Amino acid sequence: MTGDPLWAIFVNACLINNFVLAYFLGICPFLGVSAKMATATRMGGAVTFVMLVSSTCAFGIQKLLVAIDAPYLKLISFIAVIASTVQLVEMFIKKMSPGLFRALGIFLPLITTNCAILGLALFQTNKGYNFVQCIFYALGAAVGFTLALVLIAGLREKLELARVPDVVKGTALALMLAGLLSMAFMGFAGLGG
Amino acid sequence: MSQASGQKSSTNEFIKGLWKENPVFVQVLGMCPVLAVTNTARNALAMGLATLFVLLMSNIVVSALRRFIPKQVRIATFILVIATFVTVVDYLIMAISLELHKALGAFISLIVVNCLILGRAEAFASKNGMGRSIMDGLGMGIGFVFALLCLGAVREILGTGELFGLQLFHDGFQDWVVMILPSGGFFTLAGWLLLFNWMKKRKEGAR
Repeated sequence: MTGDPLWAIFVNACLINNFVLAYFLGICPFLGVSAKMATATRMGGAVTFVMLVSSTCAFGIQKLLVAIDAPYLKLISFIAVIASTVQLVEMFIKKMSPGLFRALGIFLPLITTNCAILGLALFQTNKGYNFVQCIFYALGAAVGFTLALVLIAGLREKLELARVPDVVKGTALALMLAGLLSMAFMGFAGLGG
Repeated sequence: MSQASGQKSSTNEFIKGLWKENPVFVQVLGMCPVLAVTNTARNALAMGLATLFVLLMSNIVVSALRRFIPKQVRIATFILVIATFVTVVDYLIMAISLELHKALGAFISLIVVNCLILGRAEAFASKNGMGRSIMDGLGMGIGFVFALLCLGAVREILGTGELFGLQLFHDGFQDWVVMILPSGGFFTLAGWLLLFNWMKKRKEGAR
């Protein structure tokens, strides 16, 4: 696993094993903020940043925990790092763009409980990637997440105008779209080797 | 509050999680494990029970500590409490069945970020006494197990023609392979949500 070329890691995390559509990570924001294109792209941006930072930190923490022989602290220290990064991003966005801050609403602090980010930290440790590979893995996962979010937001915006039965409206419709997208993404299997 | 009404309301806390406020079908919380590990009924059950345990324990601890946790750092504290219990469950499952631990993989660790658990800590346990928090945790947890089983059973029956590893159909049954793949998870959940929506609409219509 450690010998994987960087592009393969990127394509793998981004398309073949897309975090949202193949691993089901980060479904909550995926369903929550994907109704509008603009918020979807910005949410993608915020998640990308948090993923990169937390992936870097997780790499360091893992090395430290191995050194002091305390693997049972892994989960607790990962989540602590992610929570503080999210806090930082939240303060930054609140200062720089209050409009975006309001648009993202409750989903901004909820990035902490976005499984995609903790999942990323855990997967990269399990796979035993080195530092550069970790960065590419995080980048791939983040691009994949943003891609899925933007794709579904586009579809949902179109469907605003369509006449669908009352029962289907909302989450059920979004889930069906996600199912179809997930099927489409299965077509990428085997791309990165 | 009198003894009798206290008794009644704690029963309500228990019942509401099972059906009326079912965490998966009504509140749409904790989706990631719901979709990811429900490709067989056995995995779904194990995941549900693990979540139930963590939810119950975190509700107990958060409710016991609710007067000592400063408001500003409450979310971080809740997460740390939850992460502790998840670590316990992780090692517990590894000790009980290594095979199951492999099947569930990183998703056991990911119970930490199940919105349901943090949601109950924030919305209920941090404001209510221990007795009621236990009932709430049990109700929500069992509702979650129920939902996971619903999905896991449908996906396993359609995807492999088996339930808990027992063959249900004649050999001529053609497996719907798509049901055990990721997209099948989305479709099954959408189907259940449709059913629940339809029942809700029909009930409103009847009124």
